[in-house]
Amino acid sequence: MYSVRQWSVKRSRFLEGVYNFTNPGILFCLRGITRLFGKSLDRPITALEAGLKGFLFDCQMCGDCVLSKTGMSCPMNCPKTIRNGPCGGVRENGMCEVKPEMRCVWVAAWDGASRMKDGEVIREAQFALDYRQKGKSSWLRLARETGDVEKTDAPETELSERGPA
Amino acid sequence: MNIMSPDIEIVGTNPGDPLPQLEGHVSYGRFERVLRAGHFAITSEIAPPDSADPDEIMRRANVFDGSVDAVNATDGSGANCHLSSMGMCAVMTRNGLSPIIQISCRDRNRIAIQGDILGAAAMGVCNVLCLSGDDVSVGDHPEAKPVFDLDSVSLIRTIKMMRDERHFLSGRKLASGPNLFIGSSINPFAPPIENRVDQLAKKINAGAEFIQSQYCFDIAMLNDFMAQAVDAGLAERAFILIGTGTLASAGTARWLRSNIPGVHIPDAIIERLDQAEDPRAEGRKICVELMQQIKEVAGVSGIHLMAYRQEKFVNAIVQQSGVLGDRKPWSADDYDFHRRKLDSEKSAQTTAARTDL
Repeated sequence: MYSVRQWSVKRSRFLEGVYNFTNPGILFCLRGITRLFGKSLDRPITALEAGLKGFLFDCQMCGDCVLSKTGMSCPMNCPKTIRNGPCGGVRENGMCEVKPEMRCVWVAAWDGASRMKDGEVIREAQFALDYRQKGKSSWLRLARETGDVEKTDAPETELSERGPA
Repeated sequence: MNIMSPDIEIVGTNPGDPLPQLEGHVSYGRFERVLRAGHFAITSEIAPPDSADPDEIMRRANVFDGSVDAVNATDGSGANCHLSSMGMCAVMTRNGLSPIIQISCRDRNRIAIQGDILGAAAMGVCNVLCLSGDDVSVGDHPEAKPVFDLDSVSLIRTIKMMRDERHFLSGRKLASGPNLFIGSSINPFAPPIENRVDQLAKKINAGAEFIQSQYCFDIAMLNDFMAQAVDAGLAERAFILIGTGTLASAGTARWLRSNIPGVHIPDAIIERLDQAEDPRAEGRKICVELMQQIKEVAGVSGIHLMAYRQEKFVNAIVQQSGVLGDRKPWSADDYDFHRRKLDSEKSAQTTAARTDL
């Protein structure tokens, strides 16, 4: 929801704290779950992630979450889905050129990042999405990638600098 | 061909000919040579016709001869359908002009774009401008499916990778890489103003070697932006060309301001146009003054002159502004002169060789 999304950006510092505090625990639990149950619980976990992040950030489930690097403003809400914004068309009042009723996602992102402890990571360039990940859970991907280090079944290309969800 | 005179050596000759690539240069192109030699450069852009007639392209391109260093061939600007940037560049390179191909991420995915990059380089295009592109909703085909597979920063990195590391995004090797001088755009006049220099840094870090900005009508804002860019060392890492243009009337200026997102025109300029007897001439006068002021701003390497529907005045505007000093950009006449001279020398040599026998 738009108003909740704006609330989240305003409280980016608080949400960053919550994220940093809960992330290791969540990943630990998910690693355990995926080891025990394999892929059988993927759907409910993905639905939970979509519900929670959808409510807070209007998450579009791109499968490669960068919220913590973009001031808690989801770049996939940009009509051009720009991962390194903003574009040059932002209106003088900071609203989107395509949707004049929406605050530019990247104006919000730089604003949110300015309040975050590690907001500087917004300066890192993100490479374009792997479209195959769309609709999949970023949490599960992270849990599997970090859990299976010895197997290294997730080849890291030098272009996709994947970070925490 | 051989290089005939010192001036030509610096600015190059015909991009259609295999110019030697100078040390430290990434392309064979004339535009890169002009900038790296430390000259103040001028670029302009050509409105692509709604026609399949190649003569029409050259009619539109020839007006820039001898007054600009490179010409941008726009890629469906404003999300309106026109002859493609690729097609324009094909015709222009065949005729010895130095185009900057524009690639917008709106219409093509990474497969099509990488193919086009190789195609453009094969045709003798030496410069590329990476853009995200205007959204389809503002153009004449709002029902079209927007692509936006890459964004401008990802596109810059893709081209840089193809050129320097010689492989596709997939990792598949290229037998020969595209020697392109990579550029991108910046709009210092739209929010978030305080982060625009960060956006510039992102593009330069990704590999942009030249930058062309959105319309500048506000020198105070430009001064602030460029001061930040110079402080951050960005003006040394990329050639920054500032955009400006001609306004046909106060009405056009107001329309641009309210309908083209990202165009910022101060009230003072609109008032001047309002009060002028001949607004078109006044618009050109404002443009000349802006160009002179932009040249004085520290860190600026050139001007990107957008004279939509007033292209025929570009030469006069450049001359009046005096920003090029004594330097005259390449023109077909000079080229023909040097080629004739070269040809006559060659035939003289051949005759001499025959006499020896």
